[in-house]
This record gives sequence, C-alpha cells and structure tokens, in this order.
Amino acid sequence: MEKNLETVFQDKVDQEIKIEPKDWMPEKYRQTLIRQISQHAHSEIVGMLPEGNWITRAPSLRRKAILIAKVQDEAGHGLYLYSAAETLGISRDEMYDQLHTGKAKYSSIFNYPTLTWADIGAIGWLVDGAAILNQIPLCRTSFGPYARAMVRVCKEESFHQRQGFELLLTLSKGTEAQKQMCQDAIDRWWWPSLMMFGPNDDASPHTAQSMKWKIKRFSNDELRQKFIDMIAEQVKVLNMRLPDANLKWNEERKHYDFGKINWEEFWQVVGGNGPCNKQRLDARKKAWADGAWVREAATAYAKKKASLNPSKGGTSETV
Amino acid sequence: MILLRKFYYGDYGESKNGAADISSDNSSSGVVTEWPLWEVFIRSKQGLDHKHAGSLHAADAAMAIENARDVYTRRMEGVSIWVVESKHIHASNPDDADALYDPANDKAYRHPTFYNLPDAVKHM
Ligand SMILES: [Fe+2]
Ligand SMILES: [Fe+2]
Repeated sequence: MEKNLETVFQDKVDQEIKIEPKDWMPEKYRQTLIRQISQHAHSEIVGMLPEGNWITRAPSLRRKAILIAKVQDEAGHGLYLYSAAETLGISRDEMYDQLHTGKAKYSSIFNYPTLTWADIGAIGWLVDGAAILNQIPLCRTSFGPYARAMVRVCKEESFHQRQGFELLLTLSKGTEAQKQMCQDAIDRWWWPSLMMFGPNDDASPHTAQSMKWKIKRFSNDELRQKFIDMIAEQVKVLNMRLPDANLKWNEERKHYDFGKINWEEFWQVVGGNGPCNKQRLDARKKAWADGAWVREAATAYAKKKASLNPSKGGTSETV
Repeated sequence: MILLRKFYYGDYGESKNGAADISSDNSSSGVVTEWPLWEVFIRSKQGLDHKHAGSLHAADAAMAIENARDVYTRRMEGVSIWVVESKHIHASNPDDADALYDPANDKAYRHPTFYNLPDAVKHM
C-alpha cells in the first residue's frame, strides 16, 4: 500500500502536478520541506537584523524610506514562509523554539556584521542577488504552498537587489573615501555570498533526493556559477573589482573560472562561530521574550471581548 | 453518495500539531498558546472577487485585518480585505477527489463547443 502511494506521489511530481498539504506525501518529503522552509523563514527574519542596524543612520530620508521598506518586506517573506511550513503540521511556536534553541539553522550570511553604510548596498546587490537566484526556481517547487509563497517573495525581491546596486553605484561615483568604502564592502561580502549557495555538489548528499522530488531544480554549484557569471559583469559597471585573483572568463566553458572557496570558514560560521552568531540569536530571543506580555495581553483582550459579545465571534463594530 | 468522513479546514489540519485555537481553553496549563490562525482574502480591484492571499496569526479579527493590510497590500494589491479564522473553513477531502470531480469528465455536452451548427447560423 505504502509503495503504491509513493508511486502515485512520484507520478504527480514527475508530471509537474503540485502537491498540496492534504495530499499523501512521504514522511521524508514532509520533514525535508519543514526543515528547508522553516530555515528559509528564519533567514528572512534574522536577515532583518544586519540591515536594521543602519535604518537610524541612513544618509538621507530617501535611503531611510527605502531601507525600511526593504526590511519590512523581509518580515513579510518570513511570514509567508512560516505559513507555508505550518501547512505541513508544525506550529509557529515550535519553529520559533527551534530557532531560539539553535536546533534550526538560518542562512550563515547573516552572521556577518554590517560595518559601514556601503554594506547595505553590498547586501542588496550580492546577498539579495544570490537569494533571488535560489528563489526563482523555488517558484516552481513541487509543494504548492511553498511555491505560492515564493512567487510572492520573488515579486517583492527584485527591488531589493536594484536598490543595493544603485546605492553602490552612487558611492562608486563619489569621493575617494566613498569609493574605498564601496570596494571594502564588496571585498567583505563577496565570498560569504558565494557560500550562500551551500556546499559543493559532491558534498551535499541530499541534493539528489530533493531534485527527484522537485523541491530543488538546480544544484548548488550550478546556481553559484550563474551568480558569479552575472556579478562578474555587473561589477564592471561599478568600476570596482571582485576580491578573487583567479576570477577569469573561460572561453571554452563559457563561464567565469573562480578561486577556491574557504569552506572551513563556512562550516565554522554554520557551527556557530561566525562573527555575529551569538549577537543575532540573542537579539531574536530578546525580541521574543520582550514581546511575551503583548501576546498575552492581546489574547486576554480577545477572549474578554469574545465572552462579552459571543454572537460577534469576538469582533465588535468599534474596532 | 459522498460521505464527508472528516472536516478539514483550509490547508491546516486539525492534528494536535496544527494551528492552536484559543477558543478551546488550554491556558489552564499556564502555557500561553499561539494566536489563532486566519485566512486572508483580498479584493485586488473594485468589481473583482476576493481571492485567497495567505494566512497569518492574530488575536482577533481587527488585528488580523490590520496585519493583513501590512503584509499583503503594501504595493496596492488590494482595495478590500476579508479575514476568517482558519478553523471555520471546511474543505473537501482530496481522497474523494475522484468521486467528486470525475463525473464531470464525460459530460462534454455541457460545453458550447459540443454542438456543431452550420456556418450560416450567426450570433450564437
Ligand atoms: Fe527576502
Ligand atoms: Fe530581500
């Protein structure tokens, strides 16, 4: 019986028929999705911290409004993704708990600090740029709610990268100090953003299964190469350089060759030893703890209102 | 005849791991439960239907609408919002899909293209 269900499931996936929450699915598929979607959601939420760091210090009202809008978008992305994960039978509180206890990971890129204003540009251009390449194929991922969430995310995401590039472009045409700041930010964010695509294909054992289930559509290395080819061209417009002496166009491969990624650093950051791991997690835990009274008060208020006016199901015209 | 063996609500199950429900009072355990889950429907333009946009947690309907406004209509995606607590949504069981929807498959005569009329017939 189990075998049969599994075949029906795989047939659907092969025919590009979306899997919906109430359809039968292999337990491993469900677990893989819960892990991937919740991790993705956590990344959106934790990702607000490094950028939020610069909202009060944005150099102009225009830049401040843009940055607030971007950070607000990321909060929304977190929500869409948490909701998608909840359809798989995990509760929001459980996911928060996994984040706060360190059981669940988030993208290790957000464990790097934002030292200067130029970092906000580099994050938009490189970090959001890398995220977009990961996210576009996810719009066609086999699980319906995840795919729908990603469509929404991708629609909002494109301005994130553009505002970042524009920010850097402005700096790149500025004073000597501004140019240096721009280059310095690129130097620091380049390698970590390459790591966002995850380990090399031969070191990522779950890829094959995820491809078969069409959760994933491209391998880590394929997407990383695509990103490098894209950025290596865009950086020319900025009149800046990427910090890789081995970066060179390969006419035969029709791709850019590039230097070795420091995977040792990657695993260190994933393992909790990045520059800001502790700070990020502490900030999330504090926000959760500080908000407890609000959650309790709102619940108490809703209950009281519902008991006073049960026919309205807790809603009153005075809201 | 189709027997509704079980009620489901929306995409969220009624399993113990599903969305919490403050109306079933489990605060006696001293644990504050999650705010209930709401489904959000947005009318994108005057004259169109409200369409499901997503879901969110909120303590009550007013908060759900406020949050829905912040999350789902930041780029003029809507002119009207409906919210309904997810537990009030009942859904057909996907296991019954064959029985429920297949009978329509062989009834091509319900479609206008089923009927071949002479070209001379205009405006039909
Ligand atoms: Fe995002
Ligand atoms: Fe973004």
